Amino acid sequence: MAITLKVNGRAHTVDVDPATPLLYVLSDDLALRGPKFGCGLGQCGACTVIARGRAIRSCVTPVSTVEGAEITTLEGLGTSENPHPLQRAFIDEQAAQCGFCLSGVVLTAKAFLDQNPKASDSEIRQAMSGVLCRCFVHTRMMRAIAKYRDGGAR
Amino acid sequence: MSTYSRDARAALRAAGFSRRDFLKTSGILIVGFSAGGVTLRTQGRQGAPSQRPAAGTLDSWIAIGADGRVTAYTGKCELGQGMQTAQTQLIAEELSVPVSRVRVVQCDTALCPDQGTTSGSQSHPTNFNERNLAQAGATAREALIHLASTRLGVAAAELTVADGVVSVTRDRSKNVSYGDLVGGRKFDVPLNPRAERKPTNAWKVLGTSVPRVDMPAMATGTLEYVHNVHVPGMLHGAVVRPPEVGATLVNVDQQSVASLPGVVKVIVKSNFVGVVAEKPWQAIQAASKLKATWTPGAGLPDHDRFYEHLKSQPSRDSFVVNSGDVDQKLQAAATTIKATYFHPYQMHGSMGSSCAVADVKDGRATIWSSSQAVFGVKSAAADLLGLKPEDVHVIFTRGSGCYGINGADTVSYDAALMSQAVGRPVRVQLSRKDEMAWENYGFAYVIEERAGLDAAGNIVAWDHESWSPSLGGRPGYNQPGNVVTGMLAGYPAASVSPSAPSSGPSRPNAFNNGANAAPSYVTGRVGSAAGGTGTVASERVLTHTIRSPFFTGPLRSPSRLQNTFAHESFIDEIAARVKVDSVAYRLRHIHDARLKEVVSAAAKAANWQTRPSPRPNISKTGIASGRGVSCCLYEGDNGYCALVAEVDVDQATGRIIVKRFVSSQDCGPISTPDGMKNQIEGGALQGLSRALGEEVTWDEKKVTSVDWRTYHSLTMGAEVPAIESVLINRSGVEATGAGETTITLVGSAVANAIFDATGARIRQVPLTPERVKAALAAR
Repeated sequence: MAITLKVNGRAHTVDVDPATPLLYVLSDDLALRGPKFGCGLGQCGACTVIARGRAIRSCVTPVSTVEGAEITTLEGLGTSENPHPLQRAFIDEQAAQCGFCLSGVVLTAKAFLDQNPKASDSEIRQAMSGVLCRCFVHTRMMRAIAKYRDGGAR
Repeated sequence: MSTYSRDARAALRAAGFSRRDFLKTSGILIVGFSAGGVTLRTQGRQGAPSQRPAAGTLDSWIAIGADGRVTAYTGKCELGQGMQTAQTQLIAEELSVPVSRVRVVQCDTALCPDQGTTSGSQSHPTNFNERNLAQAGATAREALIHLASTRLGVAAAELTVADGVVSVTRDRSKNVSYGDLVGGRKFDVPLNPRAERKPTNAWKVLGTSVPRVDMPAMATGTLEYVHNVHVPGMLHGAVVRPPEVGATLVNVDQQSVASLPGVVKVIVKSNFVGVVAEKPWQAIQAASKLKATWTPGAGLPDHDRFYEHLKSQPSRDSFVVNSGDVDQKLQAAATTIKATYFHPYQMHGSMGSSCAVADVKDGRATIWSSSQAVFGVKSAAADLLGLKPEDVHVIFTRGSGCYGINGADTVSYDAALMSQAVGRPVRVQLSRKDEMAWENYGFAYVIEERAGLDAAGNIVAWDHESWSPSLGGRPGYNQPGNVVTGMLAGYPAASVSPSAPSSGPSRPNAFNNGANAAPSYVTGRVGSAAGGTGTVASERVLTHTIRSPFFTGPLRSPSRLQNTFAHESFIDEIAARVKVDSVAYRLRHIHDARLKEVVSAAAKAANWQTRPSPRPNISKTGIASGRGVSCCLYEGDNGYCALVAEVDVDQATGRIIVKRFVSSQDCGPISTPDGMKNQIEGGALQGLSRALGEEVTWDEKKVTSVDWRTYHSLTMGAEVPAIESVLINRSGVEATGAGETTITLVGSAVANAIFDATGARIRQVPLTPERVKAALAAR
């Protein structure tokens, strides 16, 4: 079945089973590198994308349910040369080790702060409670997120 | 930019050039083809694996392009620990070029030297001292100066090197660039073991916090991981593992998936079962619907009585040290103290389930793998595929952090077997359960400690005995059965042959602390030499290894962490018994000056108050606060570290909140201070996750911790402590590892802090609220 997706500002039409989780379409059909397979169960966040302004787990989201929605992946936020301020904060704070979790960490924080720009550290932590980083770069990541919230990364 | 070198290599392969050709003409090629990377690569990946220059030659490590760009080839890879950046710094430093002009090609079996596995905190000891990559850098610098001396007609001593240009010191207008000297051609010189490295006091790039070269690409989602490798015509495979441990295949009903969309083939090899389909989701669906019949599993020992089980099994025994007088000294001691500690199997639990891509056809194989041991995969996969190792090419491609051996090796075999069966490239992505139910777990342990004290409260004898299960491990070059796919395909796993110990140390020639089985407080005497860090001369360290029902393998600080949890808890128990401050009591039994220094440095930075534990006037209700310390010399020669933990214990719920960690570390000359801090911080929190919640569980037949609901990792929502790092930068000594030091100390430092706060001692990891409450109730 032909499905049209709007990803990072571009429209793509793919012919897939509508039940296919969005992640496979993004990473296989569209060859995007940002969203990653972590667990396939919606438990870790590695596959996170922003759709309709919310951070969603693409590994458990049937592609048909986001047809027409604006979808943003980690690479849609900014580029190496011109990173989004939140990505800039992660670069400035050297807030990663293997980097595999960053879609979950960065995009969950981004979507939350878009809705709650003045959230406290503990509210941010609450919002991040379903996100994993197994290298445990927590302190640097929280510092980067707080820096972005405070307008320190531009 | 971080994919530049991969694309450049790809372009070379695409164009049919070997590394040897590259070395003749590299400058042109590497520039000319880099921009077209992806397309060119995918067309040419089946090019013959090229010959590497002979080991021991400079050309096997370093090539300089006509444009002056430096490419270094290394057998130690980036696992998220920052090794790509540190190695880039090393080459930039030795060759006096900016970091931006250096490319490090990591672990491509056709291009790079075989430096074994990237593991064991050995990358710094291997490549940053006087050998290997460091030696190559120094040799290159020397060779370039020699060439410049000839070219400019000026003695080497009168030349200055800066920014990739060799100049006459007195007249900088007389100069020649690296590109002009050797660009695109071979050096054709052997590595010079006497080539002088830049002294640490002249360092400009090493020793500074160069930002991770891969950070912008990671943060913006553009870094290529093995999960992102796409090869034209690529199919997708999914594995079907046995439902129970020890189950063997009876029958596969191929028809059960024949009508599903996209299914290409069901592959069976002994007990290995996989399904290949056109699309990833189709492969996953087909694997879940495939009807396979298995024998019942072998049955598993009762999880709740596993530690008793361990002690009752036949074992392979060995002494790390045995002074021969321990029983006598214990008998004569004024006081003896005994305690038993327990540590569960834990997982690597990589964030990403492992993935690999293989293309096997016409008697050749190319495998994109995030294995820490690409040369091992090359050889072991050749065995599995019935190919010659020289016809297998393994290309290291970044993976999810692995912390030991995750599923990267096994999934490389999965992809290779499936690709061979269908004659097309196959990408295999393990499911979360495939990853967690079958990975090579970190070792469970039972550890008994006994000490004898004299009338003054000094330790006069230390007796350590441990029981630990083992099965499989890293496959090395020839044991694919050490991981699940190889075992299913019919290869044996390294197992344990029970044997009694000889009376003396198993390594009779020199002290080796046996994965920190020997505590920091013994002399470590083997023959006439004492190699340990401590003062206790009466010492016995006996280990029992038992056959494990599950695969095991090195998990960050393997055995070192478990042994140190016991030693560093036990020394605290002794200090408390004799009512001496924990830091002071440690220092009293350590003679090694560097170990003393890290302990003192951590205590000072933590503003440690000298007094015995537990703290005075403990209230048995409410929140109790305390502090604990732990220290070790990792592996006996690979990094000094100490850690102070400050904790709050909620005595009603048993919940532990760690408020502060203060870590100190002496790993010799520091390459990248911020990279080292990142490792300390990550190690501290990974250690905390392991100490507080992580445990592999199972029922009568199978592993039951198979996802993030059943295996308990700290999430980003956890309240985590502030982490302060004291870095002791020491020149004039060898560089040692820094990635496994801090994590080794966390469990014991936290358990000691709980004791300090409450007077309750917990001897079993994880330190769950239930165990805390039980220990509090037993006060």
